[in-house]
This record gives sequence, structure tokens and C-alpha cells, in this order.
Amino acid sequence: MLNALLLVIRRDLLLAFRRRTDVLSTLVFFVIVCTLFPLGVGPEPELLRTLGPGVLWVAALLASTLALNRLFGLDHADGTLEQLLLSPEPLVLIVAGKVAAHWLISGLPLVLLTPLLALQFGLDGQATASLALSLLIGTPALSLVGAIGAALTLDVRGGGVLVALLVLPLYAPVLIFGAGAAVAEAGGGAAEANLLLLGGLLAGAAALAPWATASALRISLE
Amino acid sequence: MAATSMRLQAHRLACARGERQLFSDLNFELQSGEALWLKGRNGSGKTSLLRLLCGLGRPLSGEVLWNGTPIQQLREDFHRQMIYCGHASAVKDDLSAWENVATAGNLSGTACSREQAVVALVSVGLGGAADLPARSLSQGQRRRVALARLALEPLPPLLLLDEPFVALDQAAVQTLCRTLNRHLAAGGMLVYTTHQAQALQARRLEQFDLDQLTSC
Repeated sequence: MLNALLLVIRRDLLLAFRRRTDVLSTLVFFVIVCTLFPLGVGPEPELLRTLGPGVLWVAALLASTLALNRLFGLDHADGTLEQLLLSPEPLVLIVAGKVAAHWLISGLPLVLLTPLLALQFGLDGQATASLALSLLIGTPALSLVGAIGAALTLDVRGGGVLVALLVLPLYAPVLIFGAGAAVAEAGGGAAEANLLLLGGLLAGAAALAPWATASALRISLE
Repeated sequence: MAATSMRLQAHRLACARGERQLFSDLNFELQSGEALWLKGRNGSGKTSLLRLLCGLGRPLSGEVLWNGTPIQQLREDFHRQMIYCGHASAVKDDLSAWENVATAGNLSGTACSREQAVVALVSVGLGGAADLPARSLSQGQRRRVALARLALEPLPPLLLLDEPFVALDQAAVQTLCRTLNRHLAAGGMLVYTTHQAQALQARRLEQFDLDQLTSC
């Protein structure tokens, strides 16, 4: 059973590696959005320090939405998705594998880039660390929730915009607690509470989203 | 292959696409060693019927039974017993030919190494292209890559093939026919759609003309 999970993850990572430009474009988008803010807002250090975590979080949200179309879109177009649905392995596991691979491709790099981008906003070491930690816990939740939207809009014309409309409101709680954890005074009670709530969201999404995505895929392909 | 007790039944199947009813009250039973040839003009519902039989589509009414149990209940257990080759070839452009075969095999529960995948490709006449990315293959070659799955052993008892002969050259058609005949002789089952008559030797070859079933 776990075999199927690893198989799907490996397959999707290999495919992403063969299509590096797609992955890179999401990353570059994230970097550019984060870079535009200091240019637009002006160079006051105090202001930038306040804005920083929120801006990075929103940029991560948008970058994650941008990558959602690739989650099932290509597999749907060439018929592989049908074969995945007909696999003797449980569909939930296959979906979980695809989401995990998607996070490794589109979420983890954002977390790794965070320290670099935090420099632009003049965040100190501790603030950067708590921002990166909140993104590390938050971005998997984004991938999990986003997968439901991506599965539901598979066969819809103009699915790209629709998936954003569908998924962005659902991202709101993740954004609130994620940015909350990053903004609140590190070490204070508020940051910890936000971080715990974010962890709770991730646990809830991990338990429910693969099932919902699997059902959505079955409906979309009917 | 424990071929004695297997059977696929369709019970009063009805299917609609949008507002249009494609067919209704469709019944048949298929046992091991038997083949079912679905005929009919374009748009008569051949592909829709195949999708119902593999469980991708849901019938408007009626049900599909595998050994007496509805396939919607069996789900993964039924999937283990069949291969469906759809219209879309399910070949990944970015993977090489052998990687495509190996992934398809592994995901359908037939463990498949590089060597086995290459052997399967050789048997469909694509041995030389095993390492080429599927992107660089022609339409017919991609079709062969998709059908190379049928050369992986062990083959599940039920094969559902949508237009398997399309885009294949004469030699490939003959190879495929040989594979299918061997499968039928070993007690397998086959449901396929095609516009070309092919010489398949089944214990019983049933023909279904969906045109004559259409009730509008």
C-alpha cells in the first residue's frame, strides 16, 4: 500500500524534474511578487518589517494557487488520470501521493526561499525563523485544500480562474493563523497559539482532504 | 488464471449523455473465454458503455456485476481483475517509452522492472525506441506503448479495449490479435470496440450493434 504512495510521489517528482520550467516559473513568480512590494511601498524599514510576513504569506498563497492546475490537469489531458482511478490501489493513497509530490515541488521551495526574501524586508533572525516555520506548516495545508478545488474544476472551461475563486476563500483560515504566527511577537503566547491552530488545520486537512479529492475526481471523470 | 467462475454481467443498463439517451435496457453476460465486440456508428455510445463497464462512468439505471457483485461495491477488487485501454493513450510525453510501460504496470499492480518493460516493448516492435521520450514517438508508436501493457504477465482476466486497432500498422494489428487470442484461449474475457473486423478466436464472440439498440 505504501508502495503505491511512494510510486506516485516518485513518478510525479520525475515528471516535474523533466518539466523544470513549470516549477521554476512558480518560484520566480513568488520571488517577483515579494520583490515588488518593497519597491512599491517605499524603503522605510519599520513599515517593511511590519508588512513582510503578510506579504510573503499572500505571495505563497498565490504561487500555490498558480501551481494547482498542474496537479491533475496534465494527467487528465493524456488519460493517465483515468488509469490512476482504475488502479487496484486505493485512490485516496494515490491522491495523497500526488499532493505530497505537489507540495515537495511547489511548497517546500517557497519555504526554503523565505530566508532570502525576508532579507528584503529587514526581518531579523528570529522573525525569519518563525515565518519559515509557519510557512512550513501552512503550505502543506494549502496543497491539500487546493487539491479539492483542482479536482472539482477538472472538466470546467476556464478552470484556472475558477479554481482560484473556489480555493482562495478556503485558504483564508490558513492565511490568518499562518501570518498570525509569523507576525506575533516570537516567543509570546499569541505566536504559539496561532502555530498550534495552524498545525490543527494541517492535521484536519491531511485527514479529510484526500478523501474529498478522491470523490471529487470520481465525479469529475464521470 | 482461475477461469471457471468469472463472469461479467450487465443488467438493464441505460446511459445518457446530456439530454440524449444513448441506450437503455441493455443486458448481456460474458464468461471466461468469451469476447464481446461493440459496434455502432460514431456517437452511438460505445465508449460510454466501456466506461460504464470499467466503473469510470455511472449508468443512468441498471448495474454492472462482476461475479454477481456490483462493481461499484467491489471497486479496487474489481480494478485488480481488469485492464482498460481508453481512447486517450495514457502515455506521458515526458517519460521514455519503457518508463511509461513500467509506471503503468506498477500502478496497475503488476510489478514491472526496466527489463520486463523493454521485453514488452520488443514484443510490440518498439524495442529500439525504449529509451526515447514518448514525445518524439508517432501516433501509432504511442498507441503501441499503451498496448505494451498487454504484454506484461500476468494479465488480469478482463480486458476492456476502446478502439485498440486504431493507428496501428498491419504487423502490429496481427501481434495484438495474437495476444488477444492467447488471452481468450487461456480463459480471459475481452470487450472491445472497433470498426474493422478482426479475426479473433473466442469460445463465443458476441456482437453488439448499438445502433439497433438506440431508443430515442
